[in-house]
Amino acid sequence: MTITTNNTNLNADNGVNVEALLGAREQLSGMPAAAQFKWRATCEWINGAHSRSTVQNYFGLGAEQSHRTKFTLDADHPELFAASDNGVTPPELALTALASCLTAGVASIAQMRKIQLHSVTATLEGDMDVLAILGADTDARNGFSNITVRFEIDADASEQEIEALVAQSQKRSAVFDIISNPTNINVEACKA
Amino acid sequence: MRRTTTAVIIGAGHAGLAMSRCLSERGIDHVLLERGEVANSWKRERWDSLRLLTPNWMSRLPGYQYQGSDPNGYRTLSQTIGFIERYAETMVSAPIYTHTQVRSVTRRDGGYAVVTNQGTFRCRAVVVASGACNIANVPACAEGLPSDLFTITSRAYRNPSTLPEGGVLVVGASSSGTQIADELQRSGRQVTLSVGEHLRAPRDYRGRDIQWWLDAAGVYDERFDEMENLSRARSLASIQLVGSPSRRTLDLNVLGERGVKLVGRLAGMRDGVALFSGSLANMCKLSDLKLERLLDRIDEYADRTGLASAVEPSHRFEPTRLPSNPPMSLDLRGGGEIKSVVWATGFRPDHSWIDVDVFDRRGRMRHDGGVVDAPGMYIMGLPVLRTRRSTFIDGAAADARALSAHMSAFLAVRQAA
Repeated sequence: MTITTNNTNLNADNGVNVEALLGAREQLSGMPAAAQFKWRATCEWINGAHSRSTVQNYFGLGAEQSHRTKFTLDADHPELFAASDNGVTPPELALTALASCLTAGVASIAQMRKIQLHSVTATLEGDMDVLAILGADTDARNGFSNITVRFEIDADASEQEIEALVAQSQKRSAVFDIISNPTNINVEACKA
Repeated sequence: MRRTTTAVIIGAGHAGLAMSRCLSERGIDHVLLERGEVANSWKRERWDSLRLLTPNWMSRLPGYQYQGSDPNGYRTLSQTIGFIERYAETMVSAPIYTHTQVRSVTRRDGGYAVVTNQGTFRCRAVVVASGACNIANVPACAEGLPSDLFTITSRAYRNPSTLPEGGVLVVGASSSGTQIADELQRSGRQVTLSVGEHLRAPRDYRGRDIQWWLDAAGVYDERFDEMENLSRARSLASIQLVGSPSRRTLDLNVLGERGVKLVGRLAGMRDGVALFSGSLANMCKLSDLKLERLLDRIDEYADRTGLASAVEPSHRFEPTRLPSNPPMSLDLRGGGEIKSVVWATGFRPDHSWIDVDVFDRRGRMRHDGGVVDAPGMYIMGLPVLRTRRSTFIDGAAADARALSAHMSAFLAVRQAA
């Protein structure tokens, strides 16, 4: 069923190039090998819980690719955990990854549906029993027991259309899938 | 037995029979080949309590319309079998060769050779009407199930006594999954239902069957070549519906009230433990929003056509009630509460016997609204083949008319050439 909206605005501009996205979908469907991407990050220990991750290169469209610059992200633990607090905690990074992924999805889908966005704010909260990571409770989970995401969206759209944007963005989100579904992780180690 | 005909129809279910009727009307000489008996899959591949999801009036076939006293009722399995058998007896004049299993279809001399256990048939055109539900889909992670656990597909399931006593995990919440979950929970078993993407709808809305509205408002007439995302439309799960004399609604709220436990989509298996996705809330939200849009569309139709005053007032349904903390995993190893697993994870057709280059890289037949990408080959009876109605028995008439017209033109061109 197509979505009918009374708020459709042919001039809606959320800074998303829909034609390019649709073109990519069409082209990549025809050559699935080019759609196989590899996303990469490297991370270097600095001191204590402080580490610095670097992201620059990735693989896609059958070739090595690069971001236009090298990005770095610091992570650490807060002073409450007797650490130096030089960056956000890794679980907070996971929350930001989820938030950014869903937000990008909201913008893209709004553009597809010709809905003009004015502001989008996502507020996230993850519940965690830290006794697990401290090794004091083997029954509790290390990770979040629950994540809540609250979107506040100002757009030329009805409440129902806004809810549909957010629901659809979850359906298409890489990080939502990464967090909500199990993934095999292979960790190797060697002496440098 | 005639071995050389203009056309061969493979399958004597509602689709093949409807096509036969249309070919006869056009004077196209043909035979039907049926692996078992007329209405075979209804006889052997459905559960006992199943009723059609569409009301009696909504199973129109070429030359047939329901004349009985209960147009709004839902055919039971045996009534459905009887209905298709009677149609074959009274409306179809071409020979139906039963217990004739097709082993292969190959191109031969500009036409086709259809090899069966009863010999080879030669023809210029082939209609594949062998059904959409030949193979029950089972997710790859099923391999990780404990080997001593009882598992069954919705295609093989007959009634609760098929299953051992004890808890059941039903995977899939389309019409099959919800109906089977409902029946098993009533049998005294504790059912856990794994819910992915799904569609919900009330049985009746504003005093009329939901199918009546979808039919009247033209939803079922949406054409395949006018859809934004055809492959998605073709892969949609069936709406959560049940045909029952009480006209009851079957959705996740009803199942929840009955005690069925809801969990997320089955995302994988680890050491005999089933892992569920954290997407349950969104799956339910999407379904609630789709229902809203569907009812909006029905209300608009009622307003536009002046029906609104003749039917009950517009209303909305309670959103899906989510469990507060659905479990993310379930131990399926021996000694646990789960004694069996039912796969209600959809079906796909079996076309492995077609030795003609007509398949895409995912093994699906390449066709344009039933006109297969091979001269003189046609397919019928698949979901959203030509319109959304194609999914139902009710869609076979228009599809057979269109495809028989195409075949007639194809044969005429060949004759002239």
